[in-house]
Amino acid sequence: MGLIIDDVSVVFPAADGRPPVSALSKINLTIDDDEFVVALGASGCGKSTLLNLIAGFLSPSTGTLNLGGHRVEGPGADRAVVFQKHALLPWLNVLDNVAFGLQIQGVNKAQRYETANKFVGLLGLDGFQKAPVYKLSGGMQQRVGIARALTCDPQILLMDEPLGALDALTREKAQELILRIWRDTHKSIFFITHSVEEALFMGTKLVVMSPRPGRITHTFDLPFSRRYLDGMPARQVKASPEFIRLREDVLKIIFADEEASA
Amino acid sequence: MTQVTPSPRPQAGLIARLSRARPTKPGEIYGVPGQGNTLWLSAFSIALFFAVWWLVTAMGWVKPLFVPAPMTIVTKFFAVWNEGFTGTPFLSHLMISTVRVFGAFLLACVIGLPLGLAMGMSPVMRGLFDPPIEFYRPIPPLAYLPLMIIWFGIGETSKVLLIFLSVFAPIVLGARSGVKSAAIEQIHAAYSFGATRWQVLRFVIMPSAMPEILTAMRVGIGFGWTTLVAAEMVAATKGLGYMVLSASQFLQTPVVIMGIFVIAIIAFAFDLLMRFVERRVVPWKGRM
Ligand SMILES: Nc1ncnc2c1ncn2[C@@H]1O[C@H](COP(=O)(O)OP(=O)(O)OP(=O)(O)O)[C@@H](O)[C@H]1O
Ligand SMILES: [Mg+2]
Repeated sequence: MGLIIDDVSVVFPAADGRPPVSALSKINLTIDDDEFVVALGASGCGKSTLLNLIAGFLSPSTGTLNLGGHRVEGPGADRAVVFQKHALLPWLNVLDNVAFGLQIQGVNKAQRYETANKFVGLLGLDGFQKAPVYKLSGGMQQRVGIARALTCDPQILLMDEPLGALDALTREKAQELILRIWRDTHKSIFFITHSVEEALFMGTKLVVMSPRPGRITHTFDLPFSRRYLDGMPARQVKASPEFIRLREDVLKIIFADEEASA
Repeated sequence: MTQVTPSPRPQAGLIARLSRARPTKPGEIYGVPGQGNTLWLSAFSIALFFAVWWLVTAMGWVKPLFVPAPMTIVTKFFAVWNEGFTGTPFLSHLMISTVRVFGAFLLACVIGLPLGLAMGMSPVMRGLFDPPIEFYRPIPPLAYLPLMIIWFGIGETSKVLLIFLSVFAPIVLGARSGVKSAAIEQIHAAYSFGATRWQVLRFVIMPSAMPEILTAMRVGIGFGWTTLVAAEMVAATKGLGYMVLSASQFLQTPVVIMGIFVIAIIAFAFDLLMRFVERRVVPWKGRM
């Protein structure tokens, strides 16, 4: 069934003498099961707002969102969010952080540790179950966040710049890890990034957004993540002429937006 | 032609050199304000204090009535320890004061922590309870002591209540601002797993408020000891505050000073205990 975003607009009302902000205007987007949709765009074009709508933290001014045939009204366990940072609970160890969603849902201890352990292993965190999360590196913390999001078996994963705070090498490894997890778990993913290369590499569909009012200006279907998952090395995918050509095209679009608004 | 830009002139003056930050030793972080071990300086400052005290009395520069010699205090302590003060054993004085302060403290925690959390969570509670607390908080306890006596008599109630009031405000305010410690991402994460408001409070907001709550408890009990003497002005016949007050009426300066030291040492010991608890309970404080 997937996620269907139908003609959604969001207007933040005027506040502190600032005029109302049209953060999103007439957004139409579907995210099918198994699809990996990446949103890209200049700062302030409404990417996070769109993610908050899907997560149910925000309700649209007009339009509707449907997930699996049900109208989205508030947050729910069928959607899981991976935040950029600050979202883990430092008083819990790695395993308890991963099991947190199941604890909320009242799953008993033995069962939730069993499930959590599975995802701890999947994310390559074996041996760190008892470690305090605040002692982990940024990349490991981010993996804990992803493991936690996966435990409750959501239909769709929502990620707002999840790799933005990582160094280049850790970031590329995390990209590949997320792609493999996406293939293995058959979730759909909505992924926000500022990196054009990351967007092209990860997504099956790319939406490029523009600010004032926030809207989707371009949509691309992408073949690259499939190539990686079919066995082509990541660097080779990213160095292919087709990849580079598309990267420059998308950069041109975004720079044009930046200049228009500057 | 290449332009040669003059390199910045080295800072010459003594002031400039002193006010410049120096590179730190390994293990420290450059530029963190006030970092560095203070243990030796503290030991020195304490030793200096006692040395000056001893010198001033040994040389006879002030009369023993005003400042008795340090040894006199120690002797007095053992005398009171063995013989009691005004017919009551020293340990009874100590016990009754401790019970008053800790009783008031526990009561303030039991009522103040939930109230503070509720005020942090609900604008209704905040609206209702903010004015009375902010009204009485800055008033010195001695000012409303007479009212306590008129309303609650001269028994234990008014004593404990007075201490309670001085502990209560910092605890409520600590719990209330502790509610704000949780990052919005942590709260959103819980909600996205389908958490109820109650679960968010229980699993996210309360644990993340713990550092502030513990600090508030530490500050609160400090206020409690501060108010002890005022509370024991009310027709008390026992207690450390009473001991200090009545000794002062008979110009027994050694007992006054001894009592002050005992109160200071108990308060400090509890402060150390709270810091220990803090390190055990919230080792993650300020780290994420
Ligand atoms: N709560 C709010 N109240 C008022 N305006 C808001 C609010 N949240 C976002 N906005 C405005 O809506 C617009 C879109 O914000 P949003 O955070 O979705 O952008 P973004 O694309 O995620 O940007 P970034 O790439 O910097 O994260 C911005 O102009 C922002 O100022
Ligand atoms: Mg954003």
